[in-house]
Amino acid sequence: MIESITLALNEIAKYIIPVLLVGIPLYALSVKKVKVYEVFVVGAKDGFTIAIRIIPYLVAILVAVGMFRASGALELLLQALAPVLTFFGFPPENLPLALMRPLSGSGSLGLLTDLVNEHGADSMYAKIGATMFGSSETTFYVIAVYFGSVGVMRSRHAIPAGLFADFVGAIAAVFFCKLLLF
Amino acid sequence: MMNYIWFGMMLIGVVVGIFTGRIEAVTQAAIDMAKVSVEIAIGLIGIMALWLGVMKIAEESGLISLIARGLRPIMVRLFPDVPADHPAMGSIVLNMSANMLGLGNAATPLGLKAMEELQELNPDKKTATNAMVMFLAINTSSVQFILPATVVALMGGVSSQIFIPTILATTCSTVAAIVAVKFLEKRKRFQLEEPVETDPRDGVSDD
Repeated sequence: MIESITLALNEIAKYIIPVLLVGIPLYALSVKKVKVYEVFVVGAKDGFTIAIRIIPYLVAILVAVGMFRASGALELLLQALAPVLTFFGFPPENLPLALMRPLSGSGSLGLLTDLVNEHGADSMYAKIGATMFGSSETTFYVIAVYFGSVGVMRSRHAIPAGLFADFVGAIAAVFFCKLLLF
Repeated sequence: MMNYIWFGMMLIGVVVGIFTGRIEAVTQAAIDMAKVSVEIAIGLIGIMALWLGVMKIAEESGLISLIARGLRPIMVRLFPDVPADHPAMGSIVLNMSANMLGLGNAATPLGLKAMEELQELNPDKKTATNAMVMFLAINTSSVQFILPATVVALMGGVSSQIFIPTILATTCSTVAAIVAVKFLEKRKRFQLEEPVETDPRDGVSDD
């Protein structure tokens, strides 16, 4: 039952983009007589300026995250936290991913790949990891780029709120996987 | 906040790098990531142009305000400071829908558009508004109904098992995000400064 729903959803997913790309101009052209080609070009012009405007913010955040990752600081943090986590029933194997998820998309995908290769896709670690990966976003990247694109410097409570949500999401991933799958 | 986190990550990177003997890797990472950032941004140009173009068509044809009107009851509660028929509401709704459908590519341009429109309502251009923080918090904890293609590729046949746990976990984190934003925005530390009292005559001339 669940399997067929997931399959159906991911099957539908293939068609979403092509349907949007054709459907929106179709509606505009036939119902509202919008000059779709001319309007498209006007909108598309902004793509360049926005993409260029976010470069300094991207460099700042990705360099800092890259240095942090390369130093091995995450592994040290992991060693310190492992006993506490095991006590609360949080598998230490999933901690690197939980810590990496808000920092780096490619980094956390790499860690998920490691979990699958090492323990198998059918293992609890891989399933918890995939759930964490799918249920969260790269918080720091999004905050830096979104605020950067409009020049906002004081992010106020955006980071604490985002990290709190990631924290709750990681715990929820462990909880629901253990409850429903094992 | 960003100042300390940004500097902190680099400082920890260098100090730990010296102790673990990975200082060369730290240097290399800094240089590589600076390069990668620009590659990401350049790669974004085309995708941004595509989606912003389609979005403009959706806007001109009235599709966006149609969708935004349908979700108005939820939106005005989440974003009380944004006028119900402001274009930002439409962009926010589209960004959330793109995230729910797993269209990461489309979500970023729509999200940046939403930020631009929220910035128009911002009296202090350097400081985030409540609406911006709420938007980002929901965005980063995004509810997703379609598993990322990368996860499906990695997990193969097992992916269907993690469908329900993923939706439940992401719902929890989104609720946590909304509660945290609403709670924190009233704390002294994060509160917006009260608008400076101006001379009544200035107020008249402003009109």
